[in-house]
Amino acid sequence: MNINMTLIGQSITFFLFVWFCMKFVWPPVVTALEARRKQIADGLAAADRGKHELELAAKRATEALQEAKQKAAEIIAQAEKRAAQVVDEAKDAAKTEGDRQIAAAKAEIEQETHRAREQLRGEVAALVVAGAEKILRREVDAKAHGDLLEAVKNEL
Amino acid sequence: MSAETLSSTDYIKHHLQNLTFGEKADGTWGLAHSAAEAKEMGFWAVNVDTMGWSVVLGLLFLFFFGKAAKRATTGVPGGLQNFVEWVVEFIDDSVRGSFSGRNPMVAPLALTIFLWIFLMNAMDLLPIDWLPMLAATITGDSHLFFKVVPTTDPNATFGMSIAVFFLVLYYSVKMKGVGGFVGELTLQPFGKYGLPANLLLEGVNLIAKPVSLALRLFGNMYAGEMIFILIALMFSGGAVLMVAGGVLQWAWAVFHILIITLQAFIFMTLTIVYLDMAHQEHH
Repeated sequence: MNINMTLIGQSITFFLFVWFCMKFVWPPVVTALEARRKQIADGLAAADRGKHELELAAKRATEALQEAKQKAAEIIAQAEKRAAQVVDEAKDAAKTEGDRQIAAAKAEIEQETHRAREQLRGEVAALVVAGAEKILRREVDAKAHGDLLEAVKNEL
Repeated sequence: MSAETLSSTDYIKHHLQNLTFGEKADGTWGLAHSAAEAKEMGFWAVNVDTMGWSVVLGLLFLFFFGKAAKRATTGVPGGLQNFVEWVVEFIDDSVRGSFSGRNPMVAPLALTIFLWIFLMNAMDLLPIDWLPMLAATITGDSHLFFKVVPTTDPNATFGMSIAVFFLVLYYSVKMKGVGGFVGELTLQPFGKYGLPANLLLEGVNLIAKPVSLALRLFGNMYAGEMIFILIALMFSGGAVLMVAGGVLQWAWAVFHILIITLQAFIFMTLTIVYLDMAHQEHH
């Protein structure tokens, strides 16, 4: 346990080791650590950004879905309305057509009736004239009583 | 060293003697073969074992850390790099916590101190006779002195603490100027009329730093080594003592793991604090 040259040797060795450590050991390790720290921080930030974007996308998707639903509902409502309208139109058209046909039929019937009546009237007049001719053959001059006969015929 | 041929006192003395190389009384240079001879060599001698082991351990530390530093990537770190980064971050945190100035030297200095002292202390955990016996076998000198724990040699601890002391002086002068540093030593705490008292107080304060730094480490490691030696003595005292010695050695070694780490950490932290004080301007 004598103090001797070892003291100085130890000091010199110490300085050499410290110098080496300062030159070749510490800086690369600390640089690598710092770089990795930055990488990790960047990665975490990127992850956060991604998460945020995902949230936004989900929100957008929900909005789009809602919009689509709304649109579909609108379209359906419109279609229903249109269908009802078509039905109404059809009803109206049918009714009009029916009325027209009824009117036509009525007119035809009336015409028929009129014609039948005219015909009957003519026939009855002819029959009356024939009957009257038979009854009044001698007395009645067709020419003289023509006016009378015509009057009778019109009265029928 | 086999204990049968020696008395307990001899065994202890043998284990506390460094392998010293220097000029002998007859004028030739060589290894001392007794404590007295080593003492006679005076200051111009070298403790070969202390120097050798401290250099080997320091190189070991620098080799592994240098290797990891060379291959340091920002990607997924491997085992060695992981360990190195863990240690570096721990040291970096300690330095950030205690050192307020800006000096790129302090953190590597702290790392070197911590790991070097830790490795030197850790030599204490090896069974006390293994390396000395190996050295004795290799050299063929069964009486070879061989201390494997450099920090049980005050030369080593004082060597480091004096190096730290010089750094403290250097940065004190660099940061405050010669005038500032001298002023700090002489004008506090009693003002300029209490100059002698100031110088005495601050001088003691200054000198106490390296002395306490070295003696704390040396004292702890020397005492721990001493207890290992005493436990090792039990191995020659019969079967019962041998078992008891084995248990004790194991227990003390486990406890010693704490001590060696703590002492390395204390040396490092105090160095940081002293350098921090050197960097601070006094108000």
